[in-house]
Amino acid sequence: MVPDIWYLALSAVLFSIGVVGVIVRRNPLVIFMSIELMLNAVNLSFVAFGHRLGSPDGQVLVFFVMAVAAAEVAVGLAIIVAIFRLRQRLSVDDLSVMRW
Amino acid sequence: MSVVAFAVLAVIAVGSALGLVLRKNAIHGALFLVVNLGTVAALYLTLRAEFLAAAQVIVYAGAIMVLFVFAIMVLIPGKEETGPDLRRPYRLLALPVGGALLLELGLIVSSRGGRTAAPATTPGGVEAIGRLLFTDYLFPFELTSVLLLAAMVGVLVLARRRAS
Repeated sequence: MVPDIWYLALSAVLFSIGVVGVIVRRNPLVIFMSIELMLNAVNLSFVAFGHRLGSPDGQVLVFFVMAVAAAEVAVGLAIIVAIFRLRQRLSVDDLSVMRW
Repeated sequence: MSVVAFAVLAVIAVGSALGLVLRKNAIHGALFLVVNLGTVAALYLTLRAEFLAAAQVIVYAGAIMVLFVFAIMVLIPGKEETGPDLRRPYRLLALPVGGALLLELGLIVSSRGGRTAAPATTPGGVEAIGRLLFTDYLFPFELTSVLLLAAMVGVLVLARRRAS
């Protein structure tokens, strides 16, 4: 039987890798994927906590996180496509102004 | 046996996450993320969360990652991140920042305060989740549908080509 703390440790590692990806990368699409990685790490810790407490509440929370992530990805990718149409480039360094 | 399975899955998950962050090509990163999501789904199975494992594969690896791959193909960012990086010193700060974050999370995880929680009994299968979703969490569940509808309409407005 694997202790639940190992799942939390793995979740922490995945979340940290996601944070580094968000800071290091320049492509907004890869930054988005790193955010998905962080969401997944948190989901894993939710499920691990729910398993530890023996209640399905953690899994219900993960269900809501998945729904919000789906909405976030759809809107975020639409925004990236709109920016690409305006700029014809795709780098977060170009996006230093809020309106142009 | 379960320890071996966890170790294998954890190694694959961390390796694919590193692949996502380190590979230059965005499409490779997307495929690494698919591998990562699949291993997390398998980890859900080891935690007896069968419904979430299925939902993970269908919603994340199925729907969301297809959307990502589609966006990458449309925008062709294969030539990105090849020019000189003017902000490289700042970006390298990510490594100490990420290391500090990992250290903090490790301290939090390892400091359990000596309390032993209740032993993991039945976490409940699909039936328990469905019951909870339509009783205690009914209002958030309905709000989710409104959120998804708002996202859909917002995406249509954003992606529309303005006739100007």
